[in-house]
Amino acid sequence: MTRLSSAAELEQLRAQILSSRDSAKPCIAVCAGAACHGLDSLQVANAFQAEVGKLGPAAPVEVRVTGCHGYCEKGPNVVINPQEICYLEVKPEDVPEIVERTLKGEVVERLVYAHPDTGEKAVHMKDVPFYKHQTRLLIGDNTRIDPMRIDDYLAVGGYAALAKALFEMTPDQIVDEVKKANLRGRGGGGFPAGQKWETAKSAAGDEKYVIVNGHEGEPGAFMDRALFTGNPHKVLEGLIIGAFAIGSHQGYIYTRHDSPQLVKHIEQALAQAREYGLLGENILGSGFDFDVELHFDVGIFVSGESSALMRSIEGLPPEPRPKYIRTSVAGIRDKPSNLNNVETWANVPQIIERGADWYASIGTAGSKGTKLVSLSGNVRDSGVVEVPMGTPLRTIVYDIGGGVAGGKAAKAVHFGGPMGGSIPASMIDAPLDFDELAKLGAPIGAGGLLVMDEDTDMVEVARYFLEWLTTESCGKCVPCREGMWQTMKVLENITKGKGRNGDIERLQDLNEVTGAACLCALGKTAADPLKSMLRYFKDEYETQIGRGSEVKGGEVVGSAAK
Amino acid sequence: MDKAQLDQIIEKHRGDAGNLIHVLMEIQHENHWLPRDVLHQVADALEIPFSRVMRIATMYKTFSLTPKGRNEVHVCNGISCHLRGGKQVMEAVERVTGVKAGETDANWRFSLAAGACLGTCSLGPEVIVNGKHHARMTPAKVEEVLKEYP
Repeated sequence: MTRLSSAAELEQLRAQILSSRDSAKPCIAVCAGAACHGLDSLQVANAFQAEVGKLGPAAPVEVRVTGCHGYCEKGPNVVINPQEICYLEVKPEDVPEIVERTLKGEVVERLVYAHPDTGEKAVHMKDVPFYKHQTRLLIGDNTRIDPMRIDDYLAVGGYAALAKALFEMTPDQIVDEVKKANLRGRGGGGFPAGQKWETAKSAAGDEKYVIVNGHEGEPGAFMDRALFTGNPHKVLEGLIIGAFAIGSHQGYIYTRHDSPQLVKHIEQALAQAREYGLLGENILGSGFDFDVELHFDVGIFVSGESSALMRSIEGLPPEPRPKYIRTSVAGIRDKPSNLNNVETWANVPQIIERGADWYASIGTAGSKGTKLVSLSGNVRDSGVVEVPMGTPLRTIVYDIGGGVAGGKAAKAVHFGGPMGGSIPASMIDAPLDFDELAKLGAPIGAGGLLVMDEDTDMVEVARYFLEWLTTESCGKCVPCREGMWQTMKVLENITKGKGRNGDIERLQDLNEVTGAACLCALGKTAADPLKSMLRYFKDEYETQIGRGSEVKGGEVVGSAAK
Repeated sequence: MDKAQLDQIIEKHRGDAGNLIHVLMEIQHENHWLPRDVLHQVADALEIPFSRVMRIATMYKTFSLTPKGRNEVHVCNGISCHLRGGKQVMEAVERVTGVKAGETDANWRFSLAAGACLGTCSLGPEVIVNGKHHARMTPAKVEEVLKEYP
């Protein structure tokens, strides 16, 4: 690999990569995203490599092991490019037939999508219901990229935005563009990224940091991993552009230690970017220096909170601090530190490349662009979904997700995991919008969408979330440590048929205190699922508490006996 | 894990207190638990008090201060697996292994852990043994799956 020392050299390299490739040559993309990997898709990939290997070095077809395609429910996924023929639930024994038919330009009918009710088939990605209703600006490249090869990212136009930012724009212009695009943080809060950048940029001091928050600790959220594992350079490019805009020379990636592929792909991406001179000293000959260090969470949810995360990067216990001074002013080692989520950073290159006006034309008045959603729970087709902001939840759950699994009725839609909220299925026409959903009590959070069917016990769900959070709190502040525990105990009693009169008021009291007095968002929003449930499913709580009165002398009797 | 390998990990980070979490993670990945004398060695090499090492080692769920069995069984208790019947799968795993989450059996065959979430919700409920995913589990399938791990 040669080190690139100008934008022209980058374009030369790109032209060279593209001319060495035949875009019409079939390419078999085997998904090795987390779910497909769990379903042994690497055996499928190996079978393809062996089969194509038999055709010799000049084989008229190639195999690429890629990141997550999205349709996790039907893994292992295989897509034949450039036509985007979609094969589902592929097994190693299907491989010879796929290769043989692909060489003849034919389709293996038995492996394509068939509608479970009508039997209607769909061959191409654009016709498969799961993909048809999506707008895949961020994750769409995943089927075209081997995450271990930077050349694949360059082949789809990668790092062009970085060159534009470095040579055609000033840092102020970049910040303005991100502000004008109204890019809002994808990690949970929905805080405007441009505003955060501006704070860090104008903060005093020369030493500043930029951070990718790839913690994604919320159960039921897996879209950041899909994006970061499948296309690490997209996130890295956004980070470098942000660093240049803010005036930072040191970046940090904070992510999970328990996903070996994720770690491998990020390490490889950093190494290859350094070799090409896209990272390190004098990036692309622009005079701008920037490098990145990799840090890991080793298993506690609170370390995804921004100030706790920064303590952890310093090697200290991940405990949040009060944020009357923002971390963008005083973060890591008290220096200005700008933290954004994986998906937020990944949005930056396209905003720079295609402009804020284009970006702002997608979405709603207050929420721009597309959003990645992890669709799971009692839904027929779970997976990673990307839709424009403003898309009705009905489209996500029914048109993309195929509705509720097992022919049951939907009861609720839950957003944002243990710090989110549930809304009844009757509100399913609500748009995917930061503000609209927050108003309804189900803030998008990071984008984990759970479908709950008619059999779901809402008291149990609230209890479950609190039980989970009590083990993930750092324990530094009393309202969080004790408040969540007491709330959980009240709920536990209700689920055991030991509810007492006044429990609802007790829960509301506790919610009020934890919401106001906890140090960080973990504690402050821990009661949010419960609050939303008391708003929409209060009768269920009352019924279960009512059953408690049937309990006599510690013996569970009548309908309360479970 | 032999002593030379261990020393190599620790030496890499000598004098760098900021890398405490990283050192412990590497040792945990290789050795599957953190023996007390090793933690003392880490404290000395990184020039920090032993109490600070213990504070980190006891805070994160990944770190174990006791040895692990031959097979590490992880049952996902994330919300998606929970909605799809993860609790019943956990009960079955507890019955078959004879231990509860956080414990290791007397024959050192199984160490059981409950945890969320590995992001493979489409495969839920899940049991992961030594890194291998067993997807869409039912209580009835548990015994058969665990039989593969003597």
